[in-house]
Amino acid sequence: MAELTLQNVSKSFDNQPILSDINLSVGNEEFVSVLGPSGSGKSTLFNLIGGLYQPNQGEITLDGDTITGTRGSISYMPQSPSLFPWRTIVENVMLGSEIIGKTDKRAALSMLDRAGLSGYENAYPHQLSGGMKQRAAFVRSLLSPQPLICLDEPFSALDEFTRLEMQKWLLDLWSEHKRSVLFVTHNIEESLFLSDRVVVLSERPATVQREFQVPFPRPREESLLLSEEMLRWKREIYQELKGTIQ
Amino acid sequence: MVIILLFILWESASRVFEIPEWLIPSPSQVWEEGIAGWAVYNHHLYSTILLTVTGFLIGSSVGIIVAILLHVIPIFRNMFYPLIIFSQNIPIIVLAPLLVIWFGFGMLPKLIIITLVCFFPIAVSTMDGLRQTSTELLHYMKMAGATKRQTFWKLEWPHALPSLFSGLKISATYSVMGAVISEWLGAKEGIGVYMTLASSSFRTDRVFVAIFLIMLLSLLFFALITLIEKRVVAWKTKGVETNG
Repeated sequence: MAELTLQNVSKSFDNQPILSDINLSVGNEEFVSVLGPSGSGKSTLFNLIGGLYQPNQGEITLDGDTITGTRGSISYMPQSPSLFPWRTIVENVMLGSEIIGKTDKRAALSMLDRAGLSGYENAYPHQLSGGMKQRAAFVRSLLSPQPLICLDEPFSALDEFTRLEMQKWLLDLWSEHKRSVLFVTHNIEESLFLSDRVVVLSERPATVQREFQVPFPRPREESLLLSEEMLRWKREIYQELKGTIQ
Repeated sequence: MVIILLFILWESASRVFEIPEWLIPSPSQVWEEGIAGWAVYNHHLYSTILLTVTGFLIGSSVGIIVAILLHVIPIFRNMFYPLIIFSQNIPIIVLAPLLVIWFGFGMLPKLIIITLVCFFPIAVSTMDGLRQTSTELLHYMKMAGATKRQTFWKLEWPHALPSLFSGLKISATYSVMGAVISEWLGAKEGIGVYMTLASSSFRTDRVFVAIFLIMLLSLLFFALITLIEKRVVAWKTKGVETNG
């Protein structure tokens, strides 16, 4: 079980409001994307959920417990892979669980195998390609014991082809190891392809502009990306986002 | 190669111009004295090695501990950083006789000198290594809920190791110099003593033997640290060629 809720969360820096009155929830085993123009405070949102900042207002709860300002209650995958260069891949993917408590090397190895990284367990991060590093970083967040995973634009640095590969791979792995996911992105197509629900943030100060329930059934195929329906949804969200910028 | 060429040049120059031995001995004469005089200087060598290693160990431990303290407690950093730099501006040549006055001719003043010489490069490089820890990785550690202690041992410390080793390498060569200088001030044995005795009795060949011994010792020490570094920071070099 993992249900994240943000209630009336506001945050400002130096009297500059960044987030204002954010209401957001992620249900159990739900995949929610947060979509917003760049600089809309998406990182601030994550830092609040991660407990790095205290909100000026509002409350964040996970399964009913207040986690406002508490670190370590979510599992996190940053924008860059952030693997530790002196740790081998298997040591890297166990880091998240190592910080919280017990590690399970066998689980780590089998997950790496599942992620297509077998044979690289004892390699160092610099020996891997960009996509492989991202996969390792995702495995690390999956192996962390927390029930909610926050992903911060994880594929934004990858090229188009690798990104599509990674999206399909992510869906595959997620359908096997269901977790609640909060996925931040600025890519409309990505948010539609991956998630159950898309939350559109407005420009600064960011607030929840609109929510879309994504109607596509799972499992989702690549062909979905070129379907008429996808285009229609893309257009609608695009209009919505454009409205926020003007 | 260049070294061999230099030696040949030196050897032929001293033969062609017939430079007297007490002024500048030829390399072959230095070499002969180096071999023949082993029995004369070997106990000096051991004494210097012992002094250097002890001083280096103490100096580097102090350096590392100071670096960690200053890194972990930011107030200390502002308070003591200028002091550390000042400590390096004290001329050792001036300080050394004072230390002898205060602490006598035993090991203590010598160890203090070597420690003073050693600890600065190590403290500064370790501190820089700790401070330059990638902000991305620090952010990950915070988001993952790592404690300060975990962040230090799992992230900052391993991150600082390569720069710590550059500090150690610099200090390794300094420590030999430090040991010799401290021996000049008054010691029963050591390369420094051997050198002073040799130069005051115009045994220039022995002075050169001492110079080469010091160079060799520094080199060996440096090589030893490099060897340890390769083992400890193995991830840096491993598998670079398979990058892709």
